[in-house]
Formats: sequence, structure tokens, C-alpha cells
Amino acid sequence: MSNHPLVDVRHLKQYFTVKSDMLTKLQLKAVDDVSFTINQGETLGLVGESGCGKTTVGRTLLRLYKPTAGEVYFDGNLITDDNINHYRKDMQIVFQDPYSSLNPRMTMADIVGEPLDIHGLYKTKAERRDKIAELVQLVGLNSDHMRRYAHEFSGGQRQRIGIARALAVNPRFIVCDEPVSALDVSIQAQIINTFEELQAKLGIAYLFIAHDLLVVQHMSQRIAVMYLGKIVEIGPADEIIEHPVHPYTQSLISAIPLPDPNAARKRHRIILQGDVPSPLHMPEGCPFRSRCRYATEECAKVCPTLEEVSSGHQVACYHPQG
Amino acid sequence: MSNYSADMIPKKRLLSLQLDAAKFERASDAEKEQHDVMRESTTFFKDGMRKLFKNPLAVISLVVLLLIIVTIVIAPMIVPYKYSEMITINGKRDRSAKNLPPFTYSQMELKAIEEGQEIFPHIFGTDELSRDYFIRVVYGARVSLSVGFFASLIVLIIGLLFGSIAGYAGGKVDLVLMRIVDVIYSLPDTLMVILLSVVLDQVLGQSLQGTVLASLGTNMISLFVVFGLLYWVGMARLVRGQILSIKTNEYVLAARAMGAKSGRIIRKHILPNCMSVIIISTALQIPSAIFTESFLSFIGLGVQAPMPSLGSLANASRQALQAYPYKLVFPALGICLIVLSFNLLGDGLRDAFDPKLRR
Repeated sequence: MSNHPLVDVRHLKQYFTVKSDMLTKLQLKAVDDVSFTINQGETLGLVGESGCGKTTVGRTLLRLYKPTAGEVYFDGNLITDDNINHYRKDMQIVFQDPYSSLNPRMTMADIVGEPLDIHGLYKTKAERRDKIAELVQLVGLNSDHMRRYAHEFSGGQRQRIGIARALAVNPRFIVCDEPVSALDVSIQAQIINTFEELQAKLGIAYLFIAHDLLVVQHMSQRIAVMYLGKIVEIGPADEIIEHPVHPYTQSLISAIPLPDPNAARKRHRIILQGDVPSPLHMPEGCPFRSRCRYATEECAKVCPTLEEVSSGHQVACYHPQG
Repeated sequence: MSNYSADMIPKKRLLSLQLDAAKFERASDAEKEQHDVMRESTTFFKDGMRKLFKNPLAVISLVVLLLIIVTIVIAPMIVPYKYSEMITINGKRDRSAKNLPPFTYSQMELKAIEEGQEIFPHIFGTDELSRDYFIRVVYGARVSLSVGFFASLIVLIIGLLFGSIAGYAGGKVDLVLMRIVDVIYSLPDTLMVILLSVVLDQVLGQSLQGTVLASLGTNMISLFVVFGLLYWVGMARLVRGQILSIKTNEYVLAARAMGAKSGRIIRKHILPNCMSVIIISTALQIPSAIFTESFLSFIGLGVQAPMPSLGSLANASRQALQAYPYKLVFPALGICLIVLSFNLLGDGLRDAFDPKLRR
């Protein structure tokens, strides 16, 4: 076993050019200098509010978008435009919307079989059929329904088809881009259990993107919190949830609904003032300072970098709390 | 709650969201079984066809079109006259057979019948040059339909290629290609059609001589070229718009994440999803091409005499309209039937296949 992590993301940046009017072009810093690592068979949860760049991190990592800057290493090898097709077999993605992520003109067998076709992973038709049936059963679908079209399945079943498609090439790493947020709660639990079973069985590493903190805590060994394109806090899952240090993480955690109404009433809710600044006009220094009650002049000058507060727990803040 | 019944539940208040339990009853075993029966798997195409055949107007127009096509294919084999042939009896030209009304014979023909000859009836009568009018209308419909069909095919091919390149490439390529489309779109098309068919007629006339295409006649070829040059822009815009919207679907991204190449993505994911819109608009393009052809023939710019077209037949009948009104009725009826059927069929196709109008 080598000692380098499976996925190593270093200083990943993804800027989009946006035209504000006819002449001026602005840069939207969707992902701004993000670094993290994921080990073999590990799950890293990635949380943050809508529009903070979670999805872009996942897609840029897989080179679905060309990164503005930064490197991604897979199994110690730098991924470039030239060798990405080789690594497509090792890195896969499951999408958020089970409705738009399946082609309505293809049967389940063709959707799940497409990666096999692209990479030529079978020799005979019978082998292809057997492989597809195996994958379909692996994710808990009925292999009698192979000839059905995507619209004939429910949301949860469609998401399972998406998972089976990602698994077809035997990946070692899957980006799960909010795979459960479009599903209702009981189906969410089933899909999460499927993900966990697959990890236990096949040893796949996940980058699990979500905005439901409890789901992420349940799934992940480590959690990274993003705000406006930057990782503000990263550390072991339980530590992030129980002892958050960054003011933004603290407010996120305090927003988790508690099942016990008495406990919920006693709890101190941190309600953030103001709105998220537009990513087109990012504040100087720390991006969170406009909404942070601990902000000082220091925060306005230079953006804080991730500093270790305890073992494996890093935070980007000049005034770490707790 | 041993003796529980629905009556014990308090009555539902008017604005309450609580369900009224009294309105429910237990499902019988037969009903439960019904839920287990799985619906038969259908494809998008089968589903659309099923809907199309439920639409009576579309079915009628399909039948009418099939009848017309069968007629124009079979009629020239059965009717012993040719569209350019003047009626002759025993090798002698029958001058009395001018402008006959439908189902009548000329004096010479009556004499020949008395002598025991079989003479095929003139179903639509004859024209002023004693040619059988029925076969001329049939050939006219042939010309009109083939112009409509091939013009739409040319429009489809150019529009599909142009539109998919612009839509898939995007960015600057899209910008340049679409400005070209805008320029062509802004030209007054009737004027352009007239100018082009006059010019092309002379230019093509010389270069076509001695080739296979010459047998079609330069006017016919120039008609195709005119349609090809002018009417593809609408199709190109349509295809580009479709591709732009389909391109953003996550299944295209998923295919890229699997490592699919652009060709495969276009072939397997993008084109099948915009095919229905393209088929519908092609079906609606055919009547518009037929109409334009008829109009051009009517003003004398269409196919060359003696080759008839429905438009030129209508124009020829204009001169003796009061004496022989049926000569206008037949070609006009032909144009109406063909154009109306294609329009209704196109509408039916759109209703059956357009995902936005479903259910």
C-alpha cells in the first residue's frame, strides 16, 4: 500500500468569465484555491450553502470543466487533458438530478451499459448482458426491467441506475454530487445505505457533496465546509459537527433541526446577518467577514489560510472560536 | 378502540387539510392485484405513434396522402396516355378531342369504339391541345410532391448540419454561423426565390446539358437549389436551439464523465432527443415547399412545359376559365388536398411527439 492519498487536489481554481454588460467582463471565482486529499476507501463530505462552488469542485476535479489553475493527482499521478480518458475508468460521478441525468431515449440496459461500450469492457453480447445484470442487482434493482426506459422508473430507482452506471467501469473514486437531495427522506435513507454497502463491498472512495449536514456526518469520515469558493474548515466529521471552530461552520451547525423540541428551544441559534456577497464582487480579505460578528480590521486585509487547530482539523480564520 | 368505525372520526371541517376518513374504503383483493400488473414497456416512438393514430384528422390526412401517392405511382401504368401526348386514333391525330369534358369521347373516338376498339375514358377530359387531362394532373401532383419532398430533404440536411455545428460548438463559431443565418433570414424570400429561379435557370441550363440531371429539367433543379439556399435557415435555427437546450442536460455531462467522444455524444444523446422536433418541422416544410412551387409555376417560373405541375395547370386553365371551369378545379383540388393533408399530419405529429404538449 502506497502512502500517498488516492485523490490529491492542490490549489484548484475555477474561474468563469461572466459578461456583466456589453464591454466589461467579470470573473466569477466559483472555486478559489481549494486543496484537499481523499484516501482509499474514505468519504470526504463537502458541505456549504447553495452557490458556494461545491458542485464545481466535483466537476472540475473530474475535468468536466477545464480548471483555471491547480493540479489533481490520482493515485500519485498528475491528471492532464491527455491522460484523463485513461482515468475516466477510475473516477466517476453520480449526479444530483435523477431526472435529467438519464437519457430519456435509452433503456436501463443501454444507460448502464454505455460505459462498458465506451471502454470496450466486454467481448461478447452475452458478457455485456451479464455484466449489466450484475450491476443492476448490485444497486438493488430488478434485472427484469432492463428493457425499460428511464421515465418508467421512480426517482429513487433512477438514482440507482445512475449509481449502477457510475459503477460499471469499476471506479475507485466516485464524486457524489448531492445524490440524495432530489429524493424524499425515506428514499434518501435507502440510497445512502446503498452507497455505504458499496463502499464496504468494493472499497470505493467518495467525495460526498450535500447540504444536509446530518447526512454528511453519517456518511463521511471527514468533512470540508465551503464558503464562497473556499474551504473554511476541514476535519474529522464528528469533530466538525461537535466542536466547530469557524464562525460560519458554527452557524451552519446551529441550523441543524433537532428532533427534540425542548432541546431545540434551549439551543442558541446563530442567525447570520445580511446576504451572501455576490461571487462577482468578492470582499477583500476573508470572504465571510461581511457577515461575521468577530470580524476585525485584520480580516479585511488578507484572506486567512487554513491553519491546524488540532490533529487533522484545519480552519481558515483569524479568530477561531471554541 | 375495538369497535372502530369511520363514523367515530370527527367530521372534516371545511378548511381543514385533514383527510376525511369516511370517504375511504378498503381495497378489495382484485384491486390490489391490479396494482401489481405492470404496464407494458413502451418506447417514446411507439407511444407517439399510438397518440398519432388516436387523432382522427391525422389518420384521415395520412390515408388521403397514401391514396394520392398510390394514384400517382400506379395511374401512369394503367392509363395508356402520356402527359405530353396528343390523342391519336390509328396513328391519326384526333383534332376533335380538344377540351373534352370529363368522361366523354370525341367523334373520332366514338367511331373507333363502334368499330370495336377499346378506348380508355378521359377521366378529367382533355385540354386545349387534346392531351388527356387526368394524366397531366397526376404528373403535376408527381412534380409537386417530389419538389416538396426533395426540397424538404435538402433543407433538412443543410439545416441539420449547420444547426448542429453551431449548437454543439457554441461560442465564436456559433456567433459567426448564426449571423450568416440572420442575414439570409432577413432577405425577402419571395423576391429572392423569383430572382434566383430566373438567374439559376440560365446559369444551370448550360452546365447541366448531357448529365443525368438534365432529364429532370433545369427548372426543377433550380427549384431545389432555391429551396436549399433559402429555406434551410429556419431549420438551422430550430436544430441549434434544440441542441443548445439538450446540451445542458446532465446525461450529456455524464457521458463526458464516462469518456464519450463528441461524435458519440451527438449521435447517441443529442440527435435522438431532438429528432421528433426535426421530423415534425420537416413534415410541415413539405406543404410550404409545394405551395411555393405551385406559386412559382403559376407565375411561369416553375417546371418547363410540357412537364405539368399543379401550379402551371392552374395557370393554363385561367385563360378559358369561364368555358371550362373544371380545368381549374382538378389541379386546385390537388394542391388543396396535398397541402392540407401535410399540414394536418404535421400538426398531428407535433401533438403526438412534442414533449411539451404531452398529456
